[in-house]
Amino acid sequence: MLLIHCPHCEETLPEAEFAYAGQAHIVRPADPMSQTDEQWEEFLFIRENAKGAHYERWRHLHGCGRFFNAVRDTVSDRFLTTYPSGTPRPDLSTLTEGKA
Amino acid sequence: MNALTSFPTETLVSNAAVSVTKVPHRARLSLRARGDLGPLERALGYSLPRKIGGVTLGTACLGPDEWIIMTDDAAAIMAACASVDLPHSLVDVSGREISFEIEGDRAGELLTLGCPRDIDAIADGTARRTVFDGVTVTLWRDTSERFRIDVWNSFAPHVAHLLEIGARELAAEMA
Ligand SMILES: [Zn+2]
Repeated sequence: MLLIHCPHCEETLPEAEFAYAGQAHIVRPADPMSQTDEQWEEFLFIRENAKGAHYERWRHLHGCGRFFNAVRDTVSDRFLTTYPSGTPRPDLSTLTEGKA
Repeated sequence: MNALTSFPTETLVSNAAVSVTKVPHRARLSLRARGDLGPLERALGYSLPRKIGGVTLGTACLGPDEWIIMTDDAAAIMAACASVDLPHSLVDVSGREISFEIEGDRAGELLTLGCPRDIDAIADGTARRTVFDGVTVTLWRDTSERFRIDVWNSFAPHVAHLLEIGARELAAEMA
């Protein structure tokens, strides 16, 4: 079982308490009417399929209930880091595998 | 099936390993607030625990802006907080859940049956939301050998039966 660090609880806890919530850092266009169909399709449906570091959202469902962001290596399944939603994405070069 | 009526007896199981008891009914209030909590704390008459897991006077911090208050006088707390300026939500959720007390030498071991957390790493006098065999519960550790779990009514029969079976297995192991 994966161990995930919740940035709100400040504890590293079993995966069973968490729920995956898709790719992180997707911003809804401020003015949807200005978007072309292709741009809107991209916002709604097009997601990365990263091999390696992936920025993603998780929710501490059976815990504090909060959403947060994580960087997970999709090859090794290790979490590189977790950080609160709304903060900038961390620089990959500063992260080392398994540090989370 | 209403869980409150489906557990007429207080003690579900009691043996040499562990006992599981339904805790007498207490009022429960769910509090949500953020920002400067000072006015709210003055109304309550005590400081709210700020760290998730912290417990003060029956009030547990469950999230960055969420507390559960166990009390015998919900009306007094509701009245005291009614005039607080800070926008907040204070909701009586007493009917939502019931609590089981798990006590004994092997209480922690019984909890490992459904809870993926490292039970030994949980400090005395703390509380947090976690999961027990797929059910969201609030787990309180009062002493090293006494725990309480708050379970929503509809999940309570399942959790109770699991605890009962587990307690029997632990006792059989000892025999
Ligand atoms: Zn958390």
